[in-house]
Amino acid sequence: MQSETKSRVDQVTSPAGHPVTILRFEGDIASTSKDAVLGAYQALSKATAKLILLDFTKVDYINSSGIALVIQLLIEAANSGQKVHAFGLSAHFTKVFTMVGITKYAQLFPDQTTALAAL
Amino acid sequence: MTDPKATTVEVRLPSRMGYEKVAMSTAASVAKLMGFRQDRIEDLKTAIAEACINAIEHGNRLNEKLSVGVVLSAGDGALEVKVIDDGTGMKKQPAKPDIDRKMHGEEDPRGMGMFLIQALVDEAEWVSGIDGSSSYVRLVIRLDKDAE
Repeated sequence: MQSETKSRVDQVTSPAGHPVTILRFEGDIASTSKDAVLGAYQALSKATAKLILLDFTKVDYINSSGIALVIQLLIEAANSGQKVHAFGLSAHFTKVFTMVGITKYAQLFPDQTTALAAL
Repeated sequence: MTDPKATTVEVRLPSRMGYEKVAMSTAASVAKLMGFRQDRIEDLKTAIAEACINAIEHGNRLNEKLSVGVVLSAGDGALEVKVIDDGTGMKKQPAKPDIDRKMHGEEDPRGMGMFLIQALVDEAEWVSGIDGSSSYVRLVIRLDKDAE
């Protein structure tokens, strides 16, 4: 019933010249998304992926279990000295992420261009 | 459907993760017929999803022989939703989630469902059945809530 979560990784350079790893998600983010969210993050090199952007542009549904996975990702990233930000959330999920306090630990940007320009 | 007011819609869901989306889309359709703004419909969808997930996971303990009832009552200017399961209900309300405690490993990263429900609708109450064999959460979302 839940749409399978897909993820892929892109490497880009910000306008300021910083290497940025973009983790792109597609589908639902729920309790079944552990491999696609945490697994994909954990497969990144801690040595080279210092700036990470989470792309939610193609995500339609995130529930509290999915938000918990994002928080687990933020905890692991903080412990590894990585910075994580996000873009592409709908207005509703931007509000939800703000309500649960994620914006204290990850900035949210409307789109990739705005996110990269801020890094 | 010409007059969605005073209308009741009922859905029964299997106790299987993912089927909360059936309740979400049904509620969104009813709310749209009642004239709710899209941002309020999104609030309602998330609140109902979380209520159904709690009912499936905690109330019915993922027992697929049990179903979750969702009753949508479109009244005068408000939509009431009851999500009913076969559990005994909550003993106490969980504490409000604290992102700092979660980030420092002092609190489970999960446990945000009830907080989201309360934050996104106008009324939310958890009711245990008298005989201890069923319980429900009752949500109300009002049509006239001011734009944020």
